[in-house]
Amino acid sequence: MTTADPAFLPCGDAALSVEFGRVVDPHLNALALDLDAALAAAPPEGLLETVPTYRALLVHFDPLVTDHAQIESAVRALLGNLESSAKTPRRWRVPVVYGGAYGVDLEDLAKARGLAPDEVIARHSGAVYTVAMLGFTPGFCYLAGLDPTLATPRRTDPREVTPAGTIAIGGDQANIASIEAPSGWNLIGRTPVRNFMPARDPAFLIDAGDEIVFAPIPESDWAQLDEAAAAGEWIAQEVRQEQSEKEAGHG
Amino acid sequence: MAEIEVIDCGPATTIQDAGRYGLQRYGVGPAGAMDRDALTLANLLVGNDPDEAAIEFAGLGGRFKVREGEIRIALAGADSTLTVEGEAVAPQTSVTLRAGDAFSVGPARQGVYAMLAIAGGLAVEPMLGSRSLHRRAAIGGLDGKPLQAGAVLPLRLDAPAGDDLTLPDPPEPARGPIRVLCGPQDDHFTQAGLATFFDSTYTLSRQADRMGYRLNGPVIEHADGFNIISDGIVTGAIQVPGSGEPIVLMADRQTTGGYPKIATIISADLARFAQLRPGDTVRFQAVSQDEAVAAAREAAQRRAGLHERLIPAGSLDLTSERLLALNLVGGMVDARADFFEEETA
Repeated sequence: MTTADPAFLPCGDAALSVEFGRVVDPHLNALALDLDAALAAAPPEGLLETVPTYRALLVHFDPLVTDHAQIESAVRALLGNLESSAKTPRRWRVPVVYGGAYGVDLEDLAKARGLAPDEVIARHSGAVYTVAMLGFTPGFCYLAGLDPTLATPRRTDPREVTPAGTIAIGGDQANIASIEAPSGWNLIGRTPVRNFMPARDPAFLIDAGDEIVFAPIPESDWAQLDEAAAAGEWIAQEVRQEQSEKEAGHG
Repeated sequence: MAEIEVIDCGPATTIQDAGRYGLQRYGVGPAGAMDRDALTLANLLVGNDPDEAAIEFAGLGGRFKVREGEIRIALAGADSTLTVEGEAVAPQTSVTLRAGDAFSVGPARQGVYAMLAIAGGLAVEPMLGSRSLHRRAAIGGLDGKPLQAGAVLPLRLDAPAGDDLTLPDPPEPARGPIRVLCGPQDDHFTQAGLATFFDSTYTLSRQADRMGYRLNGPVIEHADGFNIISDGIVTGAIQVPGSGEPIVLMADRQTTGGYPKIATIISADLARFAQLRPGDTVRFQAVSQDEAVAAAREAAQRRAGLHERLIPAGSLDLTSERLLALNLVGGMVDARADFFEEETA
């Protein structure tokens, strides 16, 4: 495996973007997530926070303590060893009510793809996704791993409001929306899981690098699960906890 | 417990501190005071830590009443008049009020964002590490919302100790172009596009709020399209969407975005940029990484040295009567500028 050779791009005087590439690619995303984990395990002096995205890791630092060059050299020192520090990701099971009022675009998307709605549900819930990044709104998860046969362009008329917990497809990406927001994605379902709930501890459940599997549930389950989620229950189940490579090997 | 009541205030009056950090990976931008220097000065004038939460006014002021206790307040940032029981308070000066006193913050004559600090701070619970309101996430502030008429703000201190303070010789406001560091995506623009950005004067549009400032001016040419795969954003990032006109991302920005960012305003110049009003013009000047970091360190040193320059307010003849006589009769005159001209004449 070749060593990653990212570009180091200044983002003002208090941040550096470590850019592994310029396209959506699972390998580039994995590098960003692995570097994120490596920096969390051994933070250089002055590191404030990191933001992993599809193809880069944004490193915020305190310019009173460190600078671009020192952060760059700390990152370079970690690049050769990224794989050895990689972990088996945490995996979440996220229940979804598909179609109907919960996924108003399911029928249209199925038609456009030449599939029966049940087949769309089967393919969407049959995949294992990686949370490539969070962004747009608090807790909004961008997922990699969508079955390519489900890829569907965004709507030409974005909706002003889509509900919290929306499960949607936009191009070749899938998502879990957290809070009510405008969206041009195709809405195929809804989960009672609230990935952002400020009064709950933890306020966020799903992080970048985690894995997601979707579990179809009947509409009749919605009310009870939604109520429990509103009361602070996670609803999303951790079906596999994060493990270091060594532990995973024994398990 | 000391309390103040909001009689009325502008619609974007919010509680802000130095911001909420550590949650950008989850999609929560930092929020925080638009003018960090104003937050520092207002807090120091009332004896607070420089990052304590204060009330931020966005151009319009507000009226308040002390319901209980004794409080000390100070205003800094945009040029607005703080008035207590009908009398103007000298600029850069804290003042102590008793239960029943009414006070108001006038509209900004210059700049936009004014910070009102209260000794001891607001007894509002921090949320996810900060009291700053983040409007889209509905966290922080008072119940996740801007302040509204009738709101009651409890304070952490029942009665302030020590003296009212004043800054006798406020620093001259910085002038000249806003300094930027090129990148992270300056290579997404043609040489002509970069030249346009650095050689042109831009005007702040009316689309300017805590999320971002849209500028009007010559169109900046992209090298190959205006979409990039979303990556992380910092406050002060200057993104150029398809229109070719720049948008500067401010405190309530998103954490990620998909437009190329030609340059980033250095942190030392962010407060000055934030105080631009719609119609104001601005130019940008590139500096090196070393210069940008040095400017951040100088600014921090200046802030750290500020408290040593404060003196008890009574030691200067800054009574409200004198101020009124000098320049506040018409109510429309720039109190700060006129007053200090008089002093130095």
